Amino acid sequence: MKRTLLIYLCLFLVTADAFGQNAVKIGELNSYKVFPSFLEPYKKGMELAIEEINRSGGAAGRKLELVTRDDGGTPGDAVRVAEELIAREKVNVLMGTFASNVGLAVANLAAQRKVLFVASEPLTDKIVWENGNRYTFRLRPSTYMQTAMLVPEAAKLKKRRWAIVYPNYEYGQSATASFKKLLSEAQPGVEFVAEQAPALGKIEAGAVVQALAQARPDAIFSSLFAADLQKFVREGNTRGLFKNTVVFNLLAGEPEYLDPLKDETPDGWWVTGYPWSEINTPEHKAFRDAYQKRWNDYPRQGSVVGYTAVHAVANAVRKAKSAETEKLVEALKGLQMQTPFGPVTWRAIDHQSTMGAYVGQLAKKDGKGTMVNWRYADGAKYQPAEKEIRALRKE
Amino acid sequence: MSGSAVLLQSLNGLASASSLFVLAAGLSLIFGVSRIVNFAHGSLFMLGMYLAVWLSARVGFWAGVPIAALVLAALGFLIETLLLRRIYRAPELLQLLATFALVLVIKDFALWAWGPEDMLGPRAPGLSGAVSIAGGQFPQYDLFLIALGPAVFVLLHFLLTRTRFGILIRAATEDREMAGALGVNQRWLFTAVFTLGAALAGLGGALAIPREPANLEIDLALVSDAFVVVVVGGMGSIPGAFLAALLIGGIKAFCIGLGYSKITLVAEFIVMAAVLVVRPWGLLGRPIAVSRAPQDAFGISSRRAMPLVVAVLALVPLLSDGYILILLTDVLVFALFAVSLHFLLGPGGMVSFGHAAYFGLGAYGAALLFLRWQLPMELSLAAAPLVAAGGAVLFGWFCVRLSGIYLAMLTLALAQIVWSVAFQWDAVTGGSNGLVGVWPAAWLSSRTAYYLATLALCAASIACLWRFAVSPFGYALRASRDSPLRAEASGINVRAQQWAAFIVAGGFAGLAGALFAFSKGSISPETLSVPRSVDGLVMVLLGGVQTLTGPVWGAAIFTWLEDAMSREIAYWRAGIGAVILLLVLALPGGLEGTLKRWFSR
Repeated sequence: MKRTLLIYLCLFLVTADAFGQNAVKIGELNSYKVFPSFLEPYKKGMELAIEEINRSGGAAGRKLELVTRDDGGTPGDAVRVAEELIAREKVNVLMGTFASNVGLAVANLAAQRKVLFVASEPLTDKIVWENGNRYTFRLRPSTYMQTAMLVPEAAKLKKRRWAIVYPNYEYGQSATASFKKLLSEAQPGVEFVAEQAPALGKIEAGAVVQALAQARPDAIFSSLFAADLQKFVREGNTRGLFKNTVVFNLLAGEPEYLDPLKDETPDGWWVTGYPWSEINTPEHKAFRDAYQKRWNDYPRQGSVVGYTAVHAVANAVRKAKSAETEKLVEALKGLQMQTPFGPVTWRAIDHQSTMGAYVGQLAKKDGKGTMVNWRYADGAKYQPAEKEIRALRKE
Repeated sequence: MSGSAVLLQSLNGLASASSLFVLAAGLSLIFGVSRIVNFAHGSLFMLGMYLAVWLSARVGFWAGVPIAALVLAALGFLIETLLLRRIYRAPELLQLLATFALVLVIKDFALWAWGPEDMLGPRAPGLSGAVSIAGGQFPQYDLFLIALGPAVFVLLHFLLTRTRFGILIRAATEDREMAGALGVNQRWLFTAVFTLGAALAGLGGALAIPREPANLEIDLALVSDAFVVVVVGGMGSIPGAFLAALLIGGIKAFCIGLGYSKITLVAEFIVMAAVLVVRPWGLLGRPIAVSRAPQDAFGISSRRAMPLVVAVLALVPLLSDGYILILLTDVLVFALFAVSLHFLLGPGGMVSFGHAAYFGLGAYGAALLFLRWQLPMELSLAAAPLVAAGGAVLFGWFCVRLSGIYLAMLTLALAQIVWSVAFQWDAVTGGSNGLVGVWPAAWLSSRTAYYLATLALCAASIACLWRFAVSPFGYALRASRDSPLRAEASGINVRAQQWAAFIVAGGFAGLAGALFAFSKGSISPETLSVPRSVDGLVMVLLGGVQTLTGPVWGAAIFTWLEDAMSREIAYWRAGIGAVILLLVLALPGGLEGTLKRWFSR
């Protein structure tokens, strides 16, 4: 009896030891001080996922360990931080980044160093298409996908004169280009009568609203977010721009950007976003309850992204039964997994996950912004033809 | 544009101009009297915004505005008496370093105190609606702002021209030392002016909240706008600042009205460059009296220890081929960047706020030659300094016609113009994403090989720059700095010397940029941006302007601090700020400068 106990004890110690030493290390880097409103909830989502996974025994018998770093918000610093994670921390997987230029720089490094990189947040199309590589996978629906999600509603309205406003950098530019292309295909004869491209974070909202009103558009497509969006909404409300124009705005339904609008929330705008309080599917309810229990706060879009990215790595490790880079890459191709938004597949063709977004209309409720008439737009359905992707991806 | 559009866009321009003016007036006053380049002015404005949003939920918007201004005045008083007053005797520009540290601390304080989410303030009660003007709706609050700007201007003008306090301020702006010699209590004057300036920043911030949300990105965005207004108007000139604010507000509104919104990215910098080329002291400014503070010669320094340092660095790969080599590669690149900036700043006496232009030109030059022209990596690297030096030939020619802060601001404007080209020219520079796939040749691709190559190139370049500083060229440059008149009289072509200094410094900065590009595998417009220039300046000042080797130590400490702090603590920006503040207060001559003083005792 004593001996069996001893054996069990030894076994326990050995496995516990193996557990500790053999953890799968995720090296996460992000611009925590540059985009804190998105990334603080994101970090909470990641930590929740790590706790869940480790409580239920880890992945393929190994615990997950998260090492987070601030990437300083610039590609140069981010590459150094990623090198540190690779060389000093010896992480199995790189994860994270927010801005497109940082994401692309780290993706490029991942290919050079042959390390798996799960780009959780950057939206740029290029990270999976023009600049896509074997080692880089991206979780969030891209700029193209989110734009495509809004196009069916936009085309349905049969508005002829469209004005466009976007922040003057790659995200805004590619959203605008995709929107023009897709809407012109869906609704031949549509006209684009005005285009405003204020510098990111520095919109002269009064003048921009004025210039848009001058063009007398029937509808507006906007990809503004954060402070620019708030300024645009307030000026537009005051100056009556939105009275007779329908507005489509990427991302404006995400709590990070919607909540600060409070009683300025414009009614009836079509947006992509995340109506966290209204999604009552079992998988989302479980996530929301766990998150609220753990953090005593409601989940934001960032929370879902962080949570899902960590689970994706865990699933890949389970499928590969290993944390070796090449095996993980093969495992992620075509990996199917459950997320708070429902089932998601990691496409083998371009390493893009089919995570979707919620499309709906903004409304004011008790002095706060919320989304109504929403539907889940599955990311798998908003993709260009495979031929187009193969042409873009030079592999 | 129709008549009504012209009218409405003019009004928009006026409203923006008013808020710009309130921000810039305080900055102009502070610089005029104390010569402090107050980097933290935008941060004070940002604090004013946060305070006003917070207060308006408690005491209402209108009561919140004056309270926010008063709180900021009190903060300004504290900053001046506890921090700046202690370092007026230190080399010029050290105050800049102190205010840069304040920017970092204040940003993290705001994040800690009010959280990460943007805070959209309330509409101003009583002025929340719009009035019909020329067939359009125009916000009542903007009309109020349009009236407020001139009101603040008249009040300040009255203060400056009709009161004793104003006379003293003007006397000190004109000639600080003479005012001191005539018995004006400078201490009190400096404190009063800084307090007033901070109050104006707070007022501006509080009044901005009905138009834009309090957010953490606004500080640096605004401070560059404010500097542009102040410099275009003429440092220390309130009417000039008013005029410049109108000019810039108007131009931006019309760019947008006419459909050229993309140009607003750099509109103000194009205006500034144009104004400075035509009027070297701004629209209504006057030549700044030259400070009579003596400049140090470069005496004993740790330069002789440098071969040893290089030898030790060369041995590092024997110990480890891990992350330390990557970090040291960064340190070496930035050391070369800082030393090249110091060559302009120290021996040349020309402050550059836009040195990143050459760093970036080198990086982009190398990357474009490598990616688009398919040149071998070694050739691209070798050609990069030529590209950067080419840029310096052009920019230097304009810059050496100016002096002091105007020169500094012209370098900033030119750097911003280059940045905006890189940022927008998608087809060539990859736009905001930049260029990826810039990796070294196979024989240099291991960490150790690239590190050793960087060490060799940087050490040789730095030695070269130091040699220049004590060569006849360097002496002529220093003569031109210390006494341009005498230098001219003894046959030195001052402008030619300074132009040459620009080209040399630009070329070496370009090499640093190219080494940086190949060590990262990618570059983006960030390599050309203002923060990169500011980092260089911080490294130089941290090490000590008045020594040759200081910038090397400054670069090492700053890079290491950034790396270690951002890994170890959550509020790492405030951490870096606090360390810089401590260093500034404890070692006002910079690290190396202080060591030097100890040795010479």
